[in-house]
Formats: sequence, C-alpha cells, structure tokens
Amino acid sequence: MEDAPRLDVRGLAKSFVLHTQGGVTLDVFRDLDLQVFAGECVALQGPSGSGKSSLIRLLYGNYVSAAGEILVRHNGQMVDVAAADPHVVLDVRRRTMGYVSQFLRVIPRVPALQVVAEPLRARGVPQATAEAEAGEMLAQFNIPKALWSLAPATFSGGEQQRVNLARGFIIDYPVLLLDEPTASLDAANRDVVVAMIRQAIRRGAAIIGIFHDSTVRDAVASRIVDVTSLGAAA
Amino acid sequence: MTVATLEPTERSRRADQDAADAVAAADAGPLLKAAGISHFYGARAGCENVSLELRSGEVLGIVGESGSGKTTLLNCLAARLRPASGQLAYRLTTGRTVDVYGLSEAERRRLTRTDWGFVHQNPRDGLRMAVSAGANVGERLMAVGARHYGDIRDQVTDWLTRVEMDLERMDDLPSTFSGGMQQRVQIARNLVSQPRLVFMDEPTGGLDVSVQARLLDLLRGLTNDLGLAAVIVTHDLAVARLLSHRLMVMRQGRVVEHGLTDQVLDDPQDAYSQLLVSSVLQT
Amino acid sequence: MNAIENTNHGGNGGHGGNGAGGHGGYNFAYLDEQSKRMIRRAILKAVAIPGYQVPFGSREMPLPYGWGTGGIQVTASIIGRDDVLKVIDQGADDTTNAVSIRKFFVRTAGIATTEETGQATIIQTRHRIPEQSLLPGQILVYQVPIPEPLRWLEARETETRKMHGLADYGIMHVKLYEDIAKYGHIETSYDYPVRVNGRYLTAPSPIPKFDNPKMNDMPALQLFGAGREKRIYAIPPHTRVESLDFDDHPFEVQTWSEVCALCGADDTYLDEVIMDDRGTSMFVCSDTAHCAERRAAGHRGPDGDAAPTGLVP
Repeated sequence: MEDAPRLDVRGLAKSFVLHTQGGVTLDVFRDLDLQVFAGECVALQGPSGSGKSSLIRLLYGNYVSAAGEILVRHNGQMVDVAAADPHVVLDVRRRTMGYVSQFLRVIPRVPALQVVAEPLRARGVPQATAEAEAGEMLAQFNIPKALWSLAPATFSGGEQQRVNLARGFIIDYPVLLLDEPTASLDAANRDVVVAMIRQAIRRGAAIIGIFHDSTVRDAVASRIVDVTSLGAAA
Repeated sequence: MTVATLEPTERSRRADQDAADAVAAADAGPLLKAAGISHFYGARAGCENVSLELRSGEVLGIVGESGSGKTTLLNCLAARLRPASGQLAYRLTTGRTVDVYGLSEAERRRLTRTDWGFVHQNPRDGLRMAVSAGANVGERLMAVGARHYGDIRDQVTDWLTRVEMDLERMDDLPSTFSGGMQQRVQIARNLVSQPRLVFMDEPTGGLDVSVQARLLDLLRGLTNDLGLAAVIVTHDLAVARLLSHRLMVMRQGRVVEHGLTDQVLDDPQDAYSQLLVSSVLQT
Repeated sequence: MNAIENTNHGGNGGHGGNGAGGHGGYNFAYLDEQSKRMIRRAILKAVAIPGYQVPFGSREMPLPYGWGTGGIQVTASIIGRDDVLKVIDQGADDTTNAVSIRKFFVRTAGIATTEETGQATIIQTRHRIPEQSLLPGQILVYQVPIPEPLRWLEARETETRKMHGLADYGIMHVKLYEDIAKYGHIETSYDYPVRVNGRYLTAPSPIPKFDNPKMNDMPALQLFGAGREKRIYAIPPHTRVESLDFDDHPFEVQTWSEVCALCGADDTYLDEVIMDDRGTSMFVCSDTAHCAERRAAGHRGPDGDAAPTGLVP
C-alpha cells in the first residue's frame, strides 16, 4: 500500500446559508479531517442529517465548503478540490474521481449504452471501443440487452441505479465515491455490486461510501467511521 | 468481469494517453479570455465588469432572467458588439493570441465566420431564408474560397446528416421547415467551417419540449465529439445543466455566481442564485 | 417621342456654358456644365477604381427612369462635337429606346450618329455588347438598372458596401450554388456577375452572359450609368474581367444549334423571332448592324432572302 493518502481532508466545514429563508445558516460540520488510502473502503456512518451525503458531494466538488482543504492525488500531485479552478475539478472527475449516487440524472433520449459509455468517450476512447465496454458493463449489472438502446428515463428505479453503477464502474477511478449505491437493488444485484467494489479495492482504489444496507457495508468496508467523530458537529 | 477482460497493456496504454492529454490540456491555456467587459445602454448597464476564461472543449452556460445582461455579454464575447470597456483575447489555431476588439473588420469577419460560430435563438436571424438549406450550410465554405461545387455539396450533405436532417429537403428553402429543423440547419451552417468556439443564444428557446430534447441531445453530442468550446445563454436551468460544464449566474448586468454547473445548481451560494434555482420545478 | 417633345416647353438648360453652344434651345447635350463636370469627376474616380460603384448626383432627365437615364447622363457628360454616336437596345439600332436616345443627342448636341460599330466613337447600349470587337479609343456606355450585384442576396446597402470594402464575396457563389443545386448547371444567363481586376464584384448590367468574355481585356473604355440608383462605375481598357464560376462547373456562354437565318453567322448571339401565329420561328442575329454588314458582304443564311417583319424597315 502507498504511504501517502489518495484523499486527504483537512479542517473541512460545511454550512448552508438559506438566503431565501431569511438568511438562516445551517451548519453541517466543521473541522472535519479524513484520510483515505489506496486499497481501502471507508464506510461513512452517522445519523440522518449528520452530513454523510454532504461530505461525499463536497469531495466531488458538487458542494461548496465553508473552510478546509480537500486534497486529492491527481496526476501525481495533490489537488485541492475545494479551491481548484472548475476545469481542474472537471479533470479530476474525468480521470481520478468517480461518483455513483442513488439517482441517475438521465439525459433525454440518450440510450443506456451511451450513458454508460460516456465517461470513456469523455476521455477520448473511440466510440466503438467505449460502446463495447459499456455493453459488457451493462451485462454485468444484468441489464437485458433489449434495454441498451433505450433511454433509461423509462426504466424502473432499480434498473436506473444499475445503469448508474455501470457508468460509475466503467472507469477504474483511483478514488471512488459511493452514495447508497445499492438502495433500490434486489439481493442478486446487490451481490454484483459488492463484487465490483471488492475488485475495485483489490486493484487499489480508495473508496468512500455510504451504505445503509449493513450486509453490503460489512462485505466491503475496511473501515467504518462516524461522520460526527471526524470533526465537530456544528 | 469487464475489468478482467481488458488486457493490462491496454489499460496502461490508456493511462499513458490520459497523462499525455492532461499535460496537453494544462499547457494550452485559455482559448478565450475576457477582462473587465462593460457595456451600457444610456445610464443602464447591459453588463458590468465581467471577466472570464474559456478553455478549448469547455462549455460555459450563462443564466439569468431577461434583462440580466446575459445576451449583451454574449454579443460582446462574440464580438458582435463592441463593449464600452474591456478586453477580449482569443488564441488562434496558430497559437498566437489576438486582441479581438483590435482586429480589423476584415480579420474579425474571417475569425467569426471560420473559427467561431453563432447560433441565434430565432433561426431567421441566423439563416438566409431566401436560399436553400444546402446553400445556407455551404456559404461559409464558399466565403473562405471553396470553389468546387461537388466538394461543397459533399460537405453540406455530411453536415446535414450529422444534424439529422432529411437530405430530401436540402434544396428546399428553410422557410418551409419547422422551427426545430431550421435550428438544425443553423447549427450545421455554423459547424461546417469546423469552428473551435460557438456562441449560442437560447438555442432551444421557442421549440416544443420534445424537439428541444432532441436538439439538446444533438448539441451535447456535437460539443463532446468535436471538442467544441461554447458559450450558451439560456434562461432554462435544465438546458444549462445538460450542456454546460461551468455556469455563470447574471443579475442586473453583474455576475453574481460562477462555478461548476452542478455546484451552482445544487449548492448555490448567492441569494439570487438560490432564488433562481428554487423557483424551478425539480425534475 | 413624347418624353423628348415635352421638354421643348421647359427647355432652358443653361445656355452659354464653357464652349458649349446650345442646340435647339438646350445646353450642349442637354446637361448644364456644372452637372457634366460633377459626372465627369465621378467617371474619373470610377476609372481609377475599376468596378467600384461611385455615387453621383443623378439629374432629372427628360425620360423616365428605366429608359436609360444613367447611360444618357454619362454619354452627355463625355460627348463632344466631333463624336459619332451609336445607340443600341438589345443589339438593335432601330428599337424605340435606341432611336429616341439617338434623336435626343442629335437634337441637343447636333452630333453625328451611325449604326456601324466600327464608325462610332461612343456606343450607348442597353443589354448587349456589339459582336464586332471594339477598338482602342472607343467608349461603350451601358445603361444599368441595378448596379449592385449583391442586392439579390443582401438587401441592406450598409452591408453590401461593407462586403465590397472587404472583398467579402462568398455569398455570390451561394447564388451560383443554388443554380446548380436546382438545375444541374449555372442557370443565371443575364447580368452574370464578374470580378473586375481581381477586386470588385461588378454587375455587367443585363447583358447575356454570352457577352461577358468580350468585357475581358477590351481595348475600349467601358462606362456604366445607373440613373435611378445614382451610381457610375467603369472598366478601363485592357482590364481583367472574370466571370464567377466553380472549378467543376466552369463559366460557359450560350450556344445555339442554329445559325443566323439571315446572315448565316454561327458565332453570334441569336434572337428567336416568331414569324406567324402558328409558332413558326427563326433565329437571327440580335446585333442588327453586324448582321446587315455581313449580308452586305455577301453572307447568307438559310432564309437569307427573307425579310422578317419588324427586323428590316
């Protein structure tokens, strides 16, 4: 295992200022520290509202932090996602950090196969290669071939989630963020996800996830941390 | 498993390519750089002290309600309007950076008709309604000296195919087309010269929702596949989310928020951005 | 002609202009000397910038617009007592328009006229260039209805001027593209756009494209006057004049499978003349003077002895 962390969070704080509601400030957490190394899977725990999802979104650059650093090893150097230029954050997302949420943001009319192939296409992989790999991914998540050419908007919740997972796992991201990736899956598909996560760990990915399903959590987590213990609850 | 089926060599080759791409992207610097752009209509500010950078392949969305100055800014960035103050620098394919407002009219025309594109909300503003769809698409080629009808025709056919136009209609006047088809012709007309930067003013405005979706999908594919940089003005946040990497929120001529599109839409910081986002029905 | 007769009543055009003795109560060649000088300045500028449309203060003429007022003003400004004038309309010397313009100058300038191309010093024309090659020293004056070749595609004059200024002419090929897309070939056959001296896009006036090649490297000076549009332009002698085209659809002139029924010419621009109400027709030279000269020299076509109504007085 590498000595340096893949992800190094220092003194992170998150609060929401609700301007539309009289400027109420909701403090989520502050002084949060977390290090994640290659080949480990950190499962975030904590009561609802403790900021698990917010943390994941902060790490991905989707939320704006109030203070602190989010250092991600990207192209051999540590990049602070909390402060980097948008184009750097996008590059981090393209090459270093993957994110699977419980919701698939579907693009109208784009077939499932293309949705899954897109991260490869964004890296410049030729369409045919990208689609072949996307097909294998979809097959692995038990999406019937008949659905590949359809837009996922019409799929069931479980199917949408599996398309989302296929999209998240099609690239061997060095850092992987998972926000309840198995929320609407049946047991068989849950096992597929578990196998995929384990394999990602074996190849050395650093994974941070929220797993409500304790079976899944126990099967993949190398470390379980309580968000409230990472910093000061605000 | 997919992961296992890939040869290790294939993986490592891809990683090398990634690294090379990353270096190239970091070296390139901005394609377009605007600094302190201000334009006034009488005493009222159209846009005030706007600065931004755009890299190649990057899509910037500008949102705001009507009167926010987003269209004024777009016109300044596209050199269709000379702002009262401010600088605009553009990096040519040769690598040389030019002061866009300092170009002669002839140079500016050449730039805006070859390396740039402009897609108007109303196709009538961007098309010649009295000449055929094919001629509309071919015009840019002829403007830069293409003199072989067969070659021009081939390129026109190719582009009309790429925007999913029925080729049977290529010699028809755009006035006989639906709004969605006209917009496709306008897009092909702009892309035929293989521009590196395209400006779009509400490109899907005024179209039916289903037509809009198809067009968005097309634009998305084109910007991805061609590595186009684009500045897209829209009041529709869903359009902005689908098409743009970065988002600027404008209000009363000023930029009130600027960041990654998903960040601005999911965690807006400014009071006005929050209002704008919260007023939209979630889909 | 009515238009001319009418001016007899109000004809008080400035007598006694510089060496310009009046004729029939008019100043020499009708226009006052001030106006002529103004027009000559415009002509000089036009000659200096081949193909460029020079605005000028078009005067009221005793003919309605569309009757060649632009050409007449140019001719009036350059004509001298020793000039010999030929006027043709669609190639013919004897049509109403040609006859009335000729009469106009005989009456106002007392100059000599001719129908022979080789004898004329000034040839004013509507819609043709004579078949016989013009000579050094001769001046061809075109009557022009629409001087702006870009108007077809761009109605705003502010924009067309900019396009000329920047030599931004890609749009002109759009028109030719449309022709080929529609008809399989370039259908435009009159007022076929030319590029003058490699610079200005210029309307040759509604001459058939058959005449376009004659404009290139012509030994005579070509002047163009548009009265209603108030523009003068020029092509100096021996100037390069190219007709626009595509590499794979090169410029071509009209050809006929027939020869002139009267003189047998196989290299001239032919008009189809309807002979009777059963649709019988014959093809004859549009340049009547040229045809007459050939016949005088003994050339005969298939109907060489026939004299179609309206063609031979």
